[in-house]
Formats: sequence, C-alpha cells, structure tokens
Amino acid sequence: MSAANGTFLRMEHVSKAFPGVQALEDVTFEVARGEIHALVGENGAGKSTLMKILTGALLPDEGHIVLRGQPVNISNPSDAQALGISMIHQELALIPYLTVGQNIFLGREPEAKLPGFIDWGSLYREAQALLDRLNVEVNARTEVSNLSIAQQQMVEVAKALSLNADLIAMDEPTSALTRRETEVLFELMRSLKSQGVSIIFISHRLEEVFQVADRVTVLRDGRLIGTAPISELDEDQVVHMMVGRDLGEMYPKAQTERQEVVLEAINLEDGKELRGVSLKLHRGEIVGVAGLIGAGRTALAETLFGVRPVTAGEIRIEGKPVKIGSPQRAIEMGMGLVPEDRKLQGLFLNMAVRENIVLSAIRKVSAWGFVKFREAERLAGEFVRKLGIRTPSLRQRVRNLSGGNQQKVIIARWLTLQPRILILDEPTRGIDVGAKAEIHALMSQLAQQGVGVLMISSELPEVLGVSDRIIVMHEGRITGRFTREEATQDSIMRAATGGKENNVAD
Amino acid sequence: MSLTKLVETLRRSSVFVILLLIGMIFAVSSPEFLTVSNLLNVALQTSIIAIVAIGMTFTILTAGIDLSVGSLMALCGALAAGLSVRQGLGTYGGITLALLAGMGLGLINGLLIVKGDMPPFVATLAMLTIARGLTLVYTEGRPIAGLDQKFIFWGTGQLLGIPMPVILLTVIAIIAFIVLRYTRFGLYVYATGGNEETTRLAGVSPDRIKLAVYVISGFTAALGGILLTARLWSAQPNAAVGWELDAIAAPVLGGTSLFGGVGSIGGTLVGAFIIGVLSNGLNLLGVSSYYQQVIKGIVFILAVMLDLFTKRQR
Repeated sequence: MSAANGTFLRMEHVSKAFPGVQALEDVTFEVARGEIHALVGENGAGKSTLMKILTGALLPDEGHIVLRGQPVNISNPSDAQALGISMIHQELALIPYLTVGQNIFLGREPEAKLPGFIDWGSLYREAQALLDRLNVEVNARTEVSNLSIAQQQMVEVAKALSLNADLIAMDEPTSALTRRETEVLFELMRSLKSQGVSIIFISHRLEEVFQVADRVTVLRDGRLIGTAPISELDEDQVVHMMVGRDLGEMYPKAQTERQEVVLEAINLEDGKELRGVSLKLHRGEIVGVAGLIGAGRTALAETLFGVRPVTAGEIRIEGKPVKIGSPQRAIEMGMGLVPEDRKLQGLFLNMAVRENIVLSAIRKVSAWGFVKFREAERLAGEFVRKLGIRTPSLRQRVRNLSGGNQQKVIIARWLTLQPRILILDEPTRGIDVGAKAEIHALMSQLAQQGVGVLMISSELPEVLGVSDRIIVMHEGRITGRFTREEATQDSIMRAATGGKENNVAD
Repeated sequence: MSLTKLVETLRRSSVFVILLLIGMIFAVSSPEFLTVSNLLNVALQTSIIAIVAIGMTFTILTAGIDLSVGSLMALCGALAAGLSVRQGLGTYGGITLALLAGMGLGLINGLLIVKGDMPPFVATLAMLTIARGLTLVYTEGRPIAGLDQKFIFWGTGQLLGIPMPVILLTVIAIIAFIVLRYTRFGLYVYATGGNEETTRLAGVSPDRIKLAVYVISGFTAALGGILLTARLWSAQPNAAVGWELDAIAAPVLGGTSLFGGVGSIGGTLVGAFIIGVLSNGLNLLGVSSYYQQVIKGIVFILAVMLDLFTKRQR
C-alpha cells in the first residue's frame, strides 16, 4: 500500500533487543487511515515493545517509522504527541486528585493574561465541549477519583483527541469494563474511525477483536506472524497464529465424578450486596459464577471467605454449619481465595517467588519461630515444578514474572495448605492465551484431586469451557443455574441481565 | 446535592473544626487566652514555623519531604547574622546572601533527589546533619550577637500593630496559595505528586518541578531562620533543633497527604496554628513543658484520626 490509498503509519523492519531477549525481530507493521487495527499476541510477544517504540518511550535498534508517507524520528513521548500519536495505557494514567479538565489539558493549559497563570474558565469550557462532543456524560470539574473505570477510559480518549491525535493506540482498554461499557467504547471507536482517526487496538479478548477491528496483526516471540483483514480469519486461526497450536486444547476439561457437598451457602447475605444467595459446591467439581461487574460475585467470594460479615443465612462446610468471620478462620476450614486483583491483594510483589509460595505454610517449614530455609526452598521448588511456574530462580522477585506465572504463584501458595475449597476470582484476567490454558488445566486437575473449585469469571467462553455447573448472578441474587450441557452464551447473558431478553444490550 | 456538599465542606474543614475546639477549650479555661495581645502573640509564635511549613507543603505535595529545614534555619540564620555583623555586609547584604544560601542548599537537596535518584528522606536527612555541622563550624559553637536595629526589626518590629513575622507569613501564604491554585507550576506540583509518569508523558518535566520545590523549601527555611535570629537578637548554633517535625506536622495535620498530590496552603496554616495555639494555651494554663509534649502528641493522633474518619465517611 502507498500513502495514496490510505496507509497512515508504517513501521518498517523494526528490531529491538534487551539483554538476553530479542524483543522484536524485523517486524513491519502498517496501519491505514481511519481503520481499527487489532494487535494481538501472547504476553511477551512484543506488542508493548512495538507500541513503546511507536510512542517514543523506547528507541529501536533497527528499522524506521514512516508516517503520512514521510519518514519520522520519534525519540521521546513529546515527539509522538507532536506527530499526533497517542497511547492509552492499560493501567490508566490519569491523576486521581486532579479534575477531569485538568487531566485532559495537563501540560497544555490555556494561559491567562498573566504569564504562568491558567485560564481556568476556558480550560473547563473546552474540556466540557470535548466531552459533550464525544457524548461522554462527565462533568469536567469532577475529580477523577470519583469516576468509574469506564468513565476514566473515556476521559483518556478525550485527552488523546484534545492532542489532535489521529492515531490512538489502546492497550487492553476493555479489560476492566462491563459488557455495556465496552459497547459504549466500541461505539466511540467506530465514530472516531469514521472521522478518519486510526486506532490500534490491543486486546486479549478475541471476541472483541472480531467485533470491532478491520484488520488484525499477530505477533509471536517478537516476530510478525501476519496481518490480515479480520473478515478473512476466524478465532481458531488467530489463536493458532498466536500460540502455534489450536483452540481445541484451550479448555481441557476432564470429566470428574460428582461427590459429596463440601461447601454450602443458604440464603447468604452480607448486608450490602448479597440478597440471599444459596449454592452447593461438591468435591471434585468446578462451579462457574457468571454475571456482570457489580452483580455481587466478588461479594459472594469475600463473604464465603470471611472477608465480609454474614448478616443473614449460613455457610456449611461438609454439612456442618460454620461461623467463618475472618479469612484466617476460612483458611483453617480448608478454604483458599485467589483474589480479583492479584497485584494488590494476592502477591508480595517485591518479595521472592519462594517467600510468596511458602508464606501461608510458613509454620510447616519453621521451628521455634525460625524459618528452615532449606525446607522452604524445597517446598517452593516442588510447587514451581508441579505448576510449571516459569521463573529464572526461586529468588526472583514476583514483580518480574508474567501475569500468568504470578497467578500460578498465588495458586501454589494455596496448594501448600492442601485446601478442600478453592475460590478463584477472575483467575485469567489480563493473562495471555497460553498461560490461560495452563491455569484452566490446573483447575481441572485440582478438581480431579477432589478439591471443590468456585470460579468467578466475566469471560463467557471461559465459564462455558471450564465449569461443570454454572450459576449466574444479577444484583446480588442468583438468577440462573445451568449444567455444562444446558448453558449457552445467550442463556447466561439473559440471566445476567436480570432475565429480560430485551434487556441484554442495555 | 446540598447535603453532599455540606458533608464535603465538613470533611474538608474537619481540622479547622479541631482548631476552633482547642481554641474554645482554652478560651473557657484561661481568661488571658482570648485577648488581642495574646492572640497576636500566638500568631507571632506560630508565624515562623508556619512559613517553613508552607515550603514543606510544596515538597510533600510532590510526594517528597524535606528533613533539613531545621538545620537550614540555623545555618541561614547564622549566615545572615555573621555576614552582616562579622563580614560587615550590612543587614540586607547578610539577609540576601543567607536567603540565596538557603535556596542553594535546597537546590542541592533537589539535585541529589532528581539527578542522584536518592529518596528525599535520605538526601535531606544527610543535609540535616551537614547543615547543622556547618552551622557549628561557622559559629564556632557560639552565638552571634550584635545585630543592628534594622535586622532585629524583622523579628520584633510591628507595622500597624501587627508583628513583622505575621505580616511576612501573610504575604508568603497568599503568594503560595495563588501559585498552587492559579498557576501552571502549582498544577504541576500536584500532578507530579499525583502521578509522576503521567506528568512526564504530558510533556511536563517532573524533575524540574521537584528541583523547584526543594529550592522553595530552602528559601522558606532560610527566611524562617533569619526571622528566628532577629527575634532572638542573635544567631544560636543550636537554634531550631527538631523544628522539622513541627514543619512536617503542620501540613499533615492540615490534610496534606504524605503520598503526594493532595493538600492545600489553607490546611497547612490551620495545622500550624493548631500547634501554636496548643503550646500557647498549655503555657497559659501552666502545664509543664514535659507534659506539653505528651499532650501535643495525643492531639496530633486525635486530629489525624478524626480526619481519616471523616474522609472514610465519604
């Protein structure tokens, strides 16, 4: 393609090496004017490195960038900004205690008559006009800390547009959005596209890629695997390109026999979100909990695990009513919780893999209050091997592992305690396809060993693929119960939106 | 809407309520407390630490801290006195050079933090001992006296019945308020503390902002030290030992987050006056200075707890 028929950006033969890793090798990547171009690949495939080079955060070892038919030099973020390239990062980069308007125009505030002073009136007028034009219902004078994640996402888009960006790269913009919010974002993306803005869309959710993208580029191990119009591919082909194997292996669910009930909740309430939830979890089964964000799924997990108080109803473990009341008690009862936000709630990021794994079982590996480090090392090593945790050493800081391996470290920590019940809240969020499959296999293996597994997930294919039974929550209640055979995406979505069919898109 | 606004206002002014409460308690228990002369006295006693606390507010807003202010006060106070008396540069020669020295040492703090990549706590802790040591070296461990009237005027004089340090505090507070509220630099101070990386990506250099706030803190510390010297009629080598704690306590009491990005000059003033009113009132009541320290600490805890509590109510 030449500039005449719409190539907007061309990154040619880009290579970049870090000590010990060839992050990118001879990658050529092209985006047309006014297209939504999906960039996919597993973690470590080189997507972020490529985007960092595009936005001036990294310099390539080799290769160059052609923008609007002209070779350009992008050596720092301001260069990229000046050329109309904007990046919206996965971890939203707004400043929480500044207002929406201050965030949008940060670094470019309209000046008042006195030099150095800001013309707040015109700043807020312009910001509000911009938000209104995008149909974003947010007041420009609101502090960002008061906005939902989805609203913050929209503010980021507004910020990019205020920079006159005609190329916006979005890194996993939907990972924290509900289905409805995602729809709103996609609407916005399509409308930008019709105005000639090019969008690079990075996502792990192939479903969404197929929903919104015009073309897709796949990277694997730093190499370009291919670029093609989305209409010429199906999901299986894309997954095959990403991981070099087929989708069939993705949900390796082994059949397990249903055994006695290990955990039972009867009309459970937490006084806030749960409004009478009853469920049974058997030994050796995986129960998937579906529902929209805010349906009370995390509240359910936290109430079962004793983080939240039980204000009504009761919890039974192996048939006996129990008062849990604290996570410590829950752990004593043989429960484990892999929390939703692994970095915030699940890991000690600056501590070693070894410490992170043995922490819960520290009593097992110590005597007289002293840790027997050889024992700890042996225990951690055993689980690193069993779970296939990829880490250069047991002393590596957890911060430096990939998302999938971090998640396995948390699971390993629970397994050191040999739990009877394991609750996983969004266990594969933000984790690449390959590691996802491994975590699914691990869950299935645990079920086979007789553990009762309760998995909360917002990804329907995952819920459908992994669970023996599925319960669906809506506004603190269970609105649907399905067996693996009965459940379909449609029936789950209907239950998740409160059972009214015409409400599904709402 | 109006109810949430009321709650929000209360939340933002909870420390102010504490200040009023403390004031009321003293007003009831000591007849002297609520007299014009005593209140001016409180203002005078508070003004120096409040000036230093205003500079400190800038560093804390960027998620930094400046532990060297007490030592910088002593060093710059001694320099101002020494240069004008011993070196014969005259009052304003000495004061100007001392202010520049404060800014220069603040700049060194900033450079250690920005270019040397040192945590602010460590860099300014080192400066704390260095500046104290330099003070002892310069003064040879003895007070520098013999200041002329023009010098002493800045600490003890009055304008329209108002003590000079109080006037200076008012001027500095107004300037700081305007800078933080209405200028780009002020916004960038909040932005740097809120999220340094985002600020950098917005094309603003957080490094320059950080350098600037330590220069500001150096300047206000120097000014505080000079005023203290003028008030005491002499420069003391061990002046302002431990004052950095009050200078940090004032903004923190006033709601400035030690994690950066949140805080205001108004809050810092209220915080400083809580400290000042407390010392004054306890003195009036004849509480021993040993007990005063204990009571102060307890009031800090209560104030911060109340602040946290009201914030959680949001």
